[in-house]
Amino acid sequence: MMFAASEVLAPLRGGWFLENAWLAPVVPTIGFALIVLIGKRLPKKGSEIGVLSMLVSLVLASGAAWQWIQRVGAANEEQFVAPVVRTWTWWQAGGMQFTIGQHIDGLTVVVLFVVAFISTLVQIYSLEYLRGDRRYTHFFAALTLFSAGMLAMVIAEDMILFLLGWEIMGLCSFMLIGHWWEDGANSRAALKAFFTVRTGDVGLLVGISMLFFAANDWTTTNLGLSGFSIRGISAWALSGEPNSTVILVAAFALFIAAIGKSGQFPLHTWLPDAMAGPTPVSSLLHSSTMVVAGVFLVARLYPVFFTGLDILGPSSNVIMVIAAITIVIAAALAFVQTDIKRVLAYSTVSQLGYMMLGLGAGAWLPAVFHIFTHAFFKACLFLCAGSISHSASHHSFDMKKDMGGLRKHMPITFASWTVSTLALCGVFPFSGFFSKDEIIDNVGANGYTFFMVVGLGGAFLTAAYMTRATYLTFFGQARGASAGEHDTHDAHDMHGAHDAHSSHDTHDTKHDSPHESGILITAPIAILAVLAIFSGLFNATPFGESWEYMKKWVEPRAVVVVQPSAGGPGAALVLSLPEAESGYGDSPCGKETPVDGICYAPQVNHAKFKWSKALLSLALVFAGIAISWLLSAAFYGRRDPRLVGLTQRNGVARAGYRLLANKYYLDDLYERGVVRAVVGPMAQGAYWFNQKVLDGILHGIARVARVVALVVYRDIDQRVVDGAVNASGELAQSAGTTVQPIQSGRVGHYGALLFATAAVVALVFVILNT
Amino acid sequence: MLISQFLILGAILFCIGVYGVIARKNAVLVLMSIELILNSVNINLLAFALRNGSADGHTFALYIIAVAAAEVGVGLAMVLLIYRNRRSIGLDELSEMRG
Repeated sequence: MMFAASEVLAPLRGGWFLENAWLAPVVPTIGFALIVLIGKRLPKKGSEIGVLSMLVSLVLASGAAWQWIQRVGAANEEQFVAPVVRTWTWWQAGGMQFTIGQHIDGLTVVVLFVVAFISTLVQIYSLEYLRGDRRYTHFFAALTLFSAGMLAMVIAEDMILFLLGWEIMGLCSFMLIGHWWEDGANSRAALKAFFTVRTGDVGLLVGISMLFFAANDWTTTNLGLSGFSIRGISAWALSGEPNSTVILVAAFALFIAAIGKSGQFPLHTWLPDAMAGPTPVSSLLHSSTMVVAGVFLVARLYPVFFTGLDILGPSSNVIMVIAAITIVIAAALAFVQTDIKRVLAYSTVSQLGYMMLGLGAGAWLPAVFHIFTHAFFKACLFLCAGSISHSASHHSFDMKKDMGGLRKHMPITFASWTVSTLALCGVFPFSGFFSKDEIIDNVGANGYTFFMVVGLGGAFLTAAYMTRATYLTFFGQARGASAGEHDTHDAHDMHGAHDAHSSHDTHDTKHDSPHESGILITAPIAILAVLAIFSGLFNATPFGESWEYMKKWVEPRAVVVVQPSAGGPGAALVLSLPEAESGYGDSPCGKETPVDGICYAPQVNHAKFKWSKALLSLALVFAGIAISWLLSAAFYGRRDPRLVGLTQRNGVARAGYRLLANKYYLDDLYERGVVRAVVGPMAQGAYWFNQKVLDGILHGIARVARVVALVVYRDIDQRVVDGAVNASGELAQSAGTTVQPIQSGRVGHYGALLFATAAVVALVFVILNT
Repeated sequence: MLISQFLILGAILFCIGVYGVIARKNAVLVLMSIELILNSVNINLLAFALRNGSADGHTFALYIIAVAAAEVGVGLAMVLLIYRNRRSIGLDELSEMRG
């Protein structure tokens, strides 16, 4: 490290919120503890603590975001804006030191804000949605801790805290998905989610350990940071130092973790089953926490993936392949679902595929921007689904049986749903257009034409399945519970334990006909719908450079930094090389070994926006909407005889439908195939080993033993031993009778005796030693 | 560093744990008391590890935590079975093993 003879730039701007952003996860954690300890005794059963702590977090996150914007704005145009880092020693043993701390940069503040914002709205929504639930307090405790886990992971300075937040989320998702565990299906779904995600988590542990052992020496020598530090790992990955095999394996292991958490193919099967949880949980889990964690992991340690998997290289990499498969198969599955939440679940899987595709293709910023916009409209869609089941369809989520024609009864829900659907499909002025189109555009511009076509196809499918869901829910004839039928109520009541509703009188009388939900439900939905319209304007590339706020604020500048920042405000002594300005290839960061400094972020290029490309994808989207609308109207509305029963008459259609209805048989593969393939041969092998090898040895030994035993029996046993045994037996019997009262059968007595003996022995030792 | 403070804390926890094991009748509380005893041992290990500046104590503590988790798993399973059979987890009612 050396200073070039150039100017030292002005110190970066700091601020209270930036330096104390670590409070954002701490406050909900304290809130969680309070809810658990005293929640039940409070007038609102602990929910007020949950909402309040999330509001405080939201204020902290907004403040941090605002001050980060100030910090970037005040910095020089080409300067590397150093993250605000604070660390504390958490644990020290021998020569090892584990720190815990915050790392606040553009990516952190944007995700921090989204998580805090959506958590707050979801908690407010839950006040009404779960009113009267038997585990109301418990629900708010778990929900608060869930958000705290995500917030902790987002601000993590090192991989230890990252792992901690990651695992807290895994635990809380288990508790929340299985919230109504009295129903066996729900607890099975919770277990499935937990174990599937854990399968991937092994990759995270392996990846973190590998990175630590590979990077620790380099980071300690050059930066004075440990091998767990995210800054250290990032700089190391781009330094040209790492062995390409090591970093490839580490990146692959981390990506497996991301596959599990973010529901990518082939570990996506847990996500749709996670719908067993209450709707607010689905909303939070699918929009901003949990599933975003995997994408966030890839975005956070982007240099590792960039170098390890050769992103922007000539060939496609594993991230893109997995993402492309995920986009298509999940979108196809969404067509055969009857449960409205499952449609949305597969839609989330597919959208996460877009984010991964963007990351894999070097479109870092569009992917992060898609996290941002997707969170709002997906949370809104889930909350709308919850609102429908809460107020119109008697807790059913079955679109075919219990919905239809709801647009007149639920104007606010319908309007919000429509807006969010348009945003999800990527229709022009809505937010999804700006982010999804950016991803597809950049994938194409980076030379991956095939994957761009997959993305466009995915956009077509998205538009089609969302139109189908919208038609089934809000248009056509009212069916089942929405039409006021009560008899089917019990048969498909998703909430086996949601019985407390019956004690809620005012609510019960309103159950007779579909109606709009209360203000606590519609207000969060409406707020999210507004954001679903406008959040795209934060990076509206079609309107020119001046609208690309996200790019300015969030994307780390890929410039060579001379002196690593010591953290905190004003500590960044930063120097930028003039040629770091232009696109990929000219920059030293990412592709070349940086000289006289270090890089924290690889240089990625941005596609130039062209209306011709955007119009192509818009045309596909509108085609999807139109085709799907016509088919839905013919199939579900008029029951067109040419379409109804097609899956029975036509072999190809039948095969396709069965493949989709059985989810590509992946569940069967996992539950029967894998388990049988592993357990069956293992059992057979063990049996063979037992019969042939062990038994053979045993038989041989037994024969020898028999001969010996006969000799021993006659001479030794009868004469010598028996005499001794009889004598000792008598002794033991008399001793046993004496101490028999001690065997009282009471555990407490045994414990007392045990400790008394231990105390006596300790006393003896003390006396002997003095 | 005053190592005696850690040791005193460990001793207090140990005593509370021993009291719980002997005096409590609820099986779950007895299990919790055993956890207290194990953790008092952990505190001692960590205190000495800090004084000696080695990581051995930490390693042992981690092992103890893992073993304690397994022990509680087995213990709670037994408590659950006892509850299913007898509709009670009072240890004073369990005296079939009397000699």
